[in-house]
Amino acid sequence: MSKANQADKNDYQNRNCRNTRQLRNWTIAWVISTAVAVFAPKYIWDFNTLLSIVGILINIALGFGMLLANRKYLQGLDEMQRKILFDAMALSLGVGLVLGSSYELLEDIKLIPFQPEIPHLMIVMCLTYLIGAITGHRKYQ
Amino acid sequence: MKNRLKVLRAERDWTQAQLAEALDVSRQTINAIEKGKFDPSLPLAFKAARLFNMAIEEIFQDEAD
Repeated sequence: MSKANQADKNDYQNRNCRNTRQLRNWTIAWVISTAVAVFAPKYIWDFNTLLSIVGILINIALGFGMLLANRKYLQGLDEMQRKILFDAMALSLGVGLVLGSSYELLEDIKLIPFQPEIPHLMIVMCLTYLIGAITGHRKYQ
Repeated sequence: MKNRLKVLRAERDWTQAQLAEALDVSRQTINAIEKGKFDPSLPLAFKAARLFNMAIEEIFQDEAD
């Protein structure tokens, strides 16, 4: 963003732009570290225990950094924007809990032949959060 | 909850963006409050009252009244 554009924006917008950029950077770093922790042991360091542990610790540290950046982002929002995102999070958590337990049950009662995977649940929760956030923004338009 | 935010803003010839900046919220929030879709918290209502130099009940009224 150019300095001229930044000057056009008010304090609230500037603060949100800054917090959003920080959250984006932490999220990108966390995603990259997750990919490294998943694939590097097999393709780069041949399951070296020490390097794998270091990879996981970096992944966890970046994950907590992302959480703190998200907290700062939410605290920087105004009350309506925060309510929209909190409602979306509540929806995502509820759907994740209900569908997650049912998904796990499907394997227990032999309705699906494969082991339920956490990434599937994460995808459902992310999509639900996205739908909740979009619906919330439309509701208050 | 009803409010006179839009009228008060128009009287001062302010845009939604200018009012949003004065209250440190987003323009979307001002729009939602003006349309009665979102009820502000007490701190935000007091902030608006201070900005317009009015009592809080002169800006915000309960629908039942």
